[in-house]
Amino acid sequence: MLIDKKHIGMKVPPHSVRLTAWQLKWFAKATGETNPLYFDEEAARQAGLPGVLAPPTFFFCMDMDKEHPFDYLETMGCDLMKMLHGEQSFTYHQPVYSGDTLDFDGEITDIYDKRNGALQFVVKDVKVRRQGELVCDVHSVMVIRA
Amino acid sequence: MTKPNFDALNVGDMLPSFTTEPVSRLTLALYATGSGDHHPLHLDQDFVRANGMPDVFAHGMLGMAYLGRLLTQWVPQSAIRSFGVRFTAITQIGERLVCTGRIVEKLEQGGEQCVRLELTCANEQGEAKHKGDAVVALA
Repeated sequence: MLIDKKHIGMKVPPHSVRLTAWQLKWFAKATGETNPLYFDEEAARQAGLPGVLAPPTFFFCMDMDKEHPFDYLETMGCDLMKMLHGEQSFTYHQPVYSGDTLDFDGEITDIYDKRNGALQFVVKDVKVRRQGELVCDVHSVMVIRA
Repeated sequence: MTKPNFDALNVGDMLPSFTTEPVSRLTLALYATGSGDHHPLHLDQDFVRANGMPDVFAHGMLGMAYLGRLLTQWVPQSAIRSFGVRFTAITQIGERLVCTGRIVEKLEQGGEQCVRLELTCANEQGEAKHKGDAVVALA
């Protein structure tokens, strides 16, 4: 079943996330990070940073930090077991730190298919803001297999 | 951290690469905690087998996080303007990931001297798991 292209332009339910040093510490441990700016609040403070620095891909984790991270695909009737992550990209404007509260405001910007619908692609673009200031653009392409 | 010197860099130059420890079930459990992604495909072998697959596999974003480290070990994170990947293959338990980057273009973007990097995260046999690019400002 092809996804209805009427969903292009659909707004993703917005959400907000408060970034914690606790989660960043675990992320650093999982990814083999050794630079203390990414996990040690004291080291970050001594370097003049307001908190522990969120690494480049962490915006994706925060975007997923909601009860139903793929709510938009469920709305389209997609089977999440047939979902693959196709592409991910970020455009950076400002660094973010533990203690920041970020607002995620997303929209479905494209839906297309390849191989006569065997693979369908859902493109989501999210503006991430901190107190109204744009800090990152998050671009995701999810693939739904037939 | 001091940034690499724009004028001293050439197209074709490689970033300092690294190879990760083998991706283990513990790695995936830690990544689930750090990322908040607790999808059973990455954690629950019973669930995975019941769905016709042999074993759990790594979160795609784990490999992208490794490529992020490749960048932030080379330049301060504030120098990264954009960073993207395509996910081309699944990473299995036990695989080490080799993260490499190469300068493919020197350019001016938004009034800044930048380099465009081609990034690859591959297993030790050379199978690319993620292919990506990034633009980094150096002046």
